[in-house]
Amino acid sequence: MAVLVLVILAAVVWVVGAPLRRGAAVEAEETDSAEREQLEAAKEAKYREIRDAELDFRTGKLDEADHRAIDRQLRAEAVEILRALDRLGAGDR
Amino acid sequence: MATLGRACLILALAVAVYGIGAGLYAWRTGRRDVATSARRAIYALAGLTTIAMVILEVAFLRDDFSYATVASHSSTTTPLFYKAAAVWSSQEGSLLLWVWLLSLWSSASLFFTRKRMRDVTPVATAVLALFAAFFTGLLVFTASPFHILGNAPVEGAGLNPLLRHPSMMIHPPMLYSGYTLFTVPFAFAVGALATGRVDAEWITATRRFALAAWLFLGIGIVLGARWSYAELGWGGYWAWDPVENASLLPWLTGTAFIHSIMIQEKRGMLKIWNVSLVLTTGILAILGTFLVRSGILDSIHAFGASTLGVPFVALIVFLIALAIGLVTWRSSLLRTEHRIDSFLSREAAFLFNNMLFVGLAFVVFFGTFFPLITEAFGQRRNVGPPWFDRITVPLALALVGLAGIAPLISWRRATVANLRRNFLGPVAFGAAVTVALIAAGGVAHKPLALAMFGLAGFVIAGVAQEFWRGTRARRAMSTDAWPVAVVSLVRRNRRRYAGYLVHVGMATLFVGVAASSAFQHANDVRIRPGQSATVGGYTFRDIGAVGRIDRRDGRIQRIELGSRLQVFHGGKSLGILEPTRGYYPSDAPFAPVSGMFDGESTSEVRMFAGLRRDVWSAVQPELGGIRHDTRIFDAAIRQMAKQGVPAGKQALAFQVGLEKAVVDYARSRPFATFRLIVSPLVSWIWIGGIIVFCGGLTALWPAPDAARRRATAGYAARVAQELGRA
Amino acid sequence: MDPSRKRRVRLVVALTTALLLAGALVYTSVSASTEALKPSQLLAQARPGQSYQVTGKVVAGSIRHRGATVLFRVRDRNGTMSVPVAYTGTVPDPFADNREVILQVHKSATGDGFVGERDTLVTKCPSKFSAKS
Repeated sequence: MAVLVLVILAAVVWVVGAPLRRGAAVEAEETDSAEREQLEAAKEAKYREIRDAELDFRTGKLDEADHRAIDRQLRAEAVEILRALDRLGAGDR
Repeated sequence: MATLGRACLILALAVAVYGIGAGLYAWRTGRRDVATSARRAIYALAGLTTIAMVILEVAFLRDDFSYATVASHSSTTTPLFYKAAAVWSSQEGSLLLWVWLLSLWSSASLFFTRKRMRDVTPVATAVLALFAAFFTGLLVFTASPFHILGNAPVEGAGLNPLLRHPSMMIHPPMLYSGYTLFTVPFAFAVGALATGRVDAEWITATRRFALAAWLFLGIGIVLGARWSYAELGWGGYWAWDPVENASLLPWLTGTAFIHSIMIQEKRGMLKIWNVSLVLTTGILAILGTFLVRSGILDSIHAFGASTLGVPFVALIVFLIALAIGLVTWRSSLLRTEHRIDSFLSREAAFLFNNMLFVGLAFVVFFGTFFPLITEAFGQRRNVGPPWFDRITVPLALALVGLAGIAPLISWRRATVANLRRNFLGPVAFGAAVTVALIAAGGVAHKPLALAMFGLAGFVIAGVAQEFWRGTRARRAMSTDAWPVAVVSLVRRNRRRYAGYLVHVGMATLFVGVAASSAFQHANDVRIRPGQSATVGGYTFRDIGAVGRIDRRDGRIQRIELGSRLQVFHGGKSLGILEPTRGYYPSDAPFAPVSGMFDGESTSEVRMFAGLRRDVWSAVQPELGGIRHDTRIFDAAIRQMAKQGVPAGKQALAFQVGLEKAVVDYARSRPFATFRLIVSPLVSWIWIGGIIVFCGGLTALWPAPDAARRRATAGYAARVAQELGRA
Repeated sequence: MDPSRKRRVRLVVALTTALLLAGALVYTSVSASTEALKPSQLLAQARPGQSYQVTGKVVAGSIRHRGATVLFRVRDRNGTMSVPVAYTGTVPDPFADNREVILQVHKSATGDGFVGERDTLVTKCPSKFSAKS
């Protein structure tokens, strides 16, 4: 029984400690990776919004003129996000 | 084995504490390796608690009565399925279940976000580890499931027969999954606030878990209601009991959150509101866990007044302080990006929905804690179900109405012409339903129920219209056949259409609730074989009493006494219901035969469940006659013992006496009190629940990457064109 | 009206509505509530015609059935003062000696006992964790 406990203890220590042993080698990350993630998420959300607006139009909740205006605005916002992503990722990826 | 289990729990506590420290350290120093180590601590936690769970389960399944928990909650005669589930019928077992589920969901959430939100996850890890440390601390220091008895009894006390129902066995794991899943968005909210990253990413990461929590908790609540209706002898499914309410509270705020998060996603609004909502939901989940076992409120559920009250209160106070502190600290970051454009918009509908849900939660909270609040001011008072019903029914009606409105209105701003085009059909249908019901008669005197039926019609018609229009639009863009178009529509707009399905489910559920509350016929009648009673147009004829001895492996499990009722409606027989009461033996060495009727007893409810109505029956036999008989047999057996008659002969006398008493009961045409209920549309409650489950599952289903990329590629191309043009 | 003024007006309206609703909530709850008492308090304070919630334990050996009515005594959780109750209605399955019960009662018109109000009897699930001898 005691042996089993020790084995489990050793396993836990090994698993939890492994990253520490590998050390802070992975540190020199893109510090703006957080920024990139945020922009990627915003891009996905914006695409979803564009799709939603189109669905609203096709199911009759928006008329053509309104939809065109909203669609144009949303796409402009999407362009902004893509531009920001480009600025970030110049050379990367 | 028990020492191994205990060692695992101690180790789990240590690992959890390490997780808190490592998470916080990784946050302050930005060290990625420490963050990874903290995440792995959570994985290790999952592994350790799994081992502990397995050890405890095996002990139950093997009838190892040296474990105090097994001895007091199971027995050799308990059926296998219930033995496995008896683990969480005890205080310690349920705490272990809680922390095991917590570690599983925490591991999953950290695994799926391991490559993202690298600022936020260390703090989230620390928070999840804090919860784990709290519960493992309780398990190690105050409520150990691995406590070994000095003298292991030969037989256990057995599972409370009331709990021997499949719903009751799945109910705790479902509820706890809901509660523990809500701690994940809570932890990520704390992390987002601590790191100042309350943005789109946080929403995407936590939305799924909040939805899963909402789904599990909802299913757990419905299962509890089903058990109450089908197992307990009162024929109701919701009593506004404090513990029922405690599980409802985080579900209500969770529903509000799922809706308002969409507004933040689209318009960058309601940031403070959303963060506060998700923090409150997490705290309410802990509160719910606490209420069941605290004994501070008088309720049907109580693990008994225990010493766990104080630590829980301390944790809740700490969480509230933490939440308020974080929101105040980061309030400048949570500035809204836009304002509401118009009150005629889906945003406004969602906002209103939020106010109603939070209002409803507040009402339920207030009513539940009323005894404590009034006690603080002097005399303890309490409010009963009528008050709850009076206040919540109008709110529920408003919510169903909103659920119908929101799908038909556009984001940002809707024009009157649009409204007319979209609302005409569904409103007409709802009105038609209402008028038809009034014309059919017998409904108009219950205006609230009538309103619910009309609103539900409105909701369902609106969803049907949406599916129709969406599919038609889909077919206009592709050449798919109708069924394929519907499926494709849902797959490409999963969230929206799954949400519509949930609305349909909820409307169905509320129709069931309204009909079965407002138009129920219930009566308690006292009759004997040969007599009849009429309830709600159905006639119940007592055609004979029954008595049975349930044996398993030669041992007596219980005695069943009851009656056979033949049910007639409109002259035709529907069949025979045989409600009974099960009597479980108690230990009564000096009254072995009477002792059969002195232990626990359960109602065996019998009903004809149908789409249009349920015919429900329960019985309370009168035991005067049978007790008289058993006392005679007891006296005879005592006499035999005094005369030194061998034990074998005494046992035989016992068997003979018991069987005779039971047979005589059936033959004596005894009176019994029956509760008879005819309740319309009850089944729709359960059907509605299933529909909600399907809708929720559809919403949760991960969109296969390929489909998602295809869906967005088109838009990406168009946007890229813009880029080129600009 | 400029936007910030409009916002302030909306805020005031919202807060006032919330306060009014909260006030209504408190009012309805207090008027619909009943006092929650222990049996000893019930003996001392109960007035005829008033409904009370009583919480306590069933006195061992006190349960009698008379047709569809159950007669029993309820005592303080930690004490011996008890009151007699005659209750008609659903009897929950766990109802037995020494179980904790909650029910609504009013003073009996005849005699000095209490009448349990229909279907208000709640019995706590027996805790197997504590007090198992």
